[in-house]
Amino acid sequence: MFYREAGQFKTSYAADQQLLPIRQDRIAFLALLAVAFVIVPLSVTDYWFTALLIPILIFSLAAIGLNILTGYAGQLSLGSAAFMAVGAFAAYNFVLRVPWLPHIVSFLLGGVCAALVGIAFGLPSVRIKGFYLAVATLAAQFFVVWALQKFPWFTNNSTSGIISAQPVTFFGIAIDTPARNYLFVLSMVAALALAAKNMARSKTGRAWMAVRDMDVAAEVIGIPLMKTKLLAFAISSFYCGVAGALYAFCFIGTVEPEAFSLDMSFRILFMIIVGGMGTIMGGFIGAAFFTVLPIFLSVAIPAIASTLHINFDKASLTYIEFMIFGALIIFFLIVEPHGLARLWQIAKEKLRIWPFPH
Amino acid sequence: MQFFFEVLIGGLLAGVMYSLVALGFVLIYKASGVFNFAQGAMVYFAALTFVGILAKGVPFGLAMLLALAVMVAFAVATERLVLRPLVNQPEISLFMATIGLAFFLEGLGPFLWGNESHEIKLGIPDEPIPALLERFNLSVSTFDLAAAVICGVLVAGLALFFQKTKVGRALRAVADDHQAALSIGIPLHVIWMIVWGVAGFVALVAGLLWGARNGVQLALVSVVLKALPVLILGGFTSVPGAIVGGLIVGSTEKLAEVFLGPYVGGGIESWFPYVLALLFLLVRPEGLFGERRIDRV
Repeated sequence: MFYREAGQFKTSYAADQQLLPIRQDRIAFLALLAVAFVIVPLSVTDYWFTALLIPILIFSLAAIGLNILTGYAGQLSLGSAAFMAVGAFAAYNFVLRVPWLPHIVSFLLGGVCAALVGIAFGLPSVRIKGFYLAVATLAAQFFVVWALQKFPWFTNNSTSGIISAQPVTFFGIAIDTPARNYLFVLSMVAALALAAKNMARSKTGRAWMAVRDMDVAAEVIGIPLMKTKLLAFAISSFYCGVAGALYAFCFIGTVEPEAFSLDMSFRILFMIIVGGMGTIMGGFIGAAFFTVLPIFLSVAIPAIASTLHINFDKASLTYIEFMIFGALIIFFLIVEPHGLARLWQIAKEKLRIWPFPH
Repeated sequence: MQFFFEVLIGGLLAGVMYSLVALGFVLIYKASGVFNFAQGAMVYFAALTFVGILAKGVPFGLAMLLALAVMVAFAVATERLVLRPLVNQPEISLFMATIGLAFFLEGLGPFLWGNESHEIKLGIPDEPIPALLERFNLSVSTFDLAAAVICGVLVAGLALFFQKTKVGRALRAVADDHQAALSIGIPLHVIWMIVWGVAGFVALVAGLLWGARNGVQLALVSVVLKALPVLILGGFTSVPGAIVGGLIVGSTEKLAEVFLGPYVGGGIESWFPYVLALLFLLVRPEGLFGERRIDRV
């Protein structure tokens, strides 16, 4: 009844093709931004920032990056954490060795370094696809972590191989409190997500989707396969790299190469499966889901166990978590292969015709 | 030179163990087109189940049979709950489902049987064979040799099973063409159960050997990561490919570690097979023995 575009006439192509063509959507989106930028920083405690909101935003960015490569361009990658590592350590070195650069430029340059590494490891995609490519991206995962550990230059000769991220400033403002960290990360993520959304709607995004759906057909209609695939690798790795830099500087603070393990790559992959492949919103939903779920389980399972009077130790919790993660992945692949973002779309469709059934 | 041979033989014997894991992959991929990432977790789960049953005071042979029964039950459950609902989905979805399966098993194993690291004693001494040590001054462990023999027997048995039995013929028919196999009356679901069961058996054997070598612990899951380059080298659909690929990966990674490693700071074992496989892919994308696919990019 309220969510209906009746009476909203478009008189120009620009108006017809805008990001949110329905007025109610625009209002809702602006309201969401207002909540995220104004109301949340004013109302929640530091625990919320550090344990929930900042990791959700950072992993959303990484998930958007992987979604560009896997969801839009159809190239399965198991090395996203490696590209995050490249971004984190490159940003660290830029801040350390080129101190006059603004930090935000260093972060973006970290992303550029990750993009270059991404192109290098994306080269096999020109010749191979599917599982073979997935295995090839594993090479990136192991090689990058190994290289970061073996060459002390990357970690500034730190004996333990652990780097401590420098304090961040943004045009003279020190990003030192959780709330400021949150706002900084939020701005970066919002800007990059908007860029990704628009990229997906553009010629580039359509070329990616054509390659994903059928590469031979895409080539026949004149899409340069090599360029398109490598561009997807580069942009995906750029997003992961920036996410890695934010992870190191705004979330963890001290970081070692092993933190960017294969497990993290899988976690990001899970996020886009559960959130929704080939959607930008899916990255956010998936990241939120997989950040909240462990916290929820660590509270819920002991509570359930104590009401049922079962003896329960900390280790079992980890295993139950593993089992639930695995089962959820299979459940989502079977029941809703398009992820939670799809459910949101269905809800919107229903809302449009409400209160009538069709 | 003698050191070279020692490293080479050590590598080849380690490669046999990789082949064993890769074999489970190949079986499932051949029969159902599923790239089973959970094979490593199955190895871990099988070994842990065996150790757990053994710890209850069950004799060795019976424990092995019981562990095998658990793996078959797992195969049936997987077919029912995971594969059947996902029929006709893209291969990538099935692959990701097996990642979920791997996580599930990694949790289920220690949840049922505890997480402390166990040792398995198979009764094979892990010492150099005296005769070889005296005559050629080569140290080759009895255990490694026994593992190689077990692996050889297993492969020969599987080859016989595939070539000579009715079920084996049905398996190959399913591998060639699902629809054609269905239309001549081969029950697809039963075949999938059988093949996952056989892969479970291979996982159990691999788990026992790996467990006896390195102890049964969560690190066992990562043998799956050793088996992937083996598959790329050998081709996803070829049993001999899995064996040859395993030998190549095992020997080159040890040789590279010993002779190349010192120049770059060591520890290159973790990624060297992958880079090798990558380079190989650029030349021969279908692997050594894999089927040539027409629709390559």
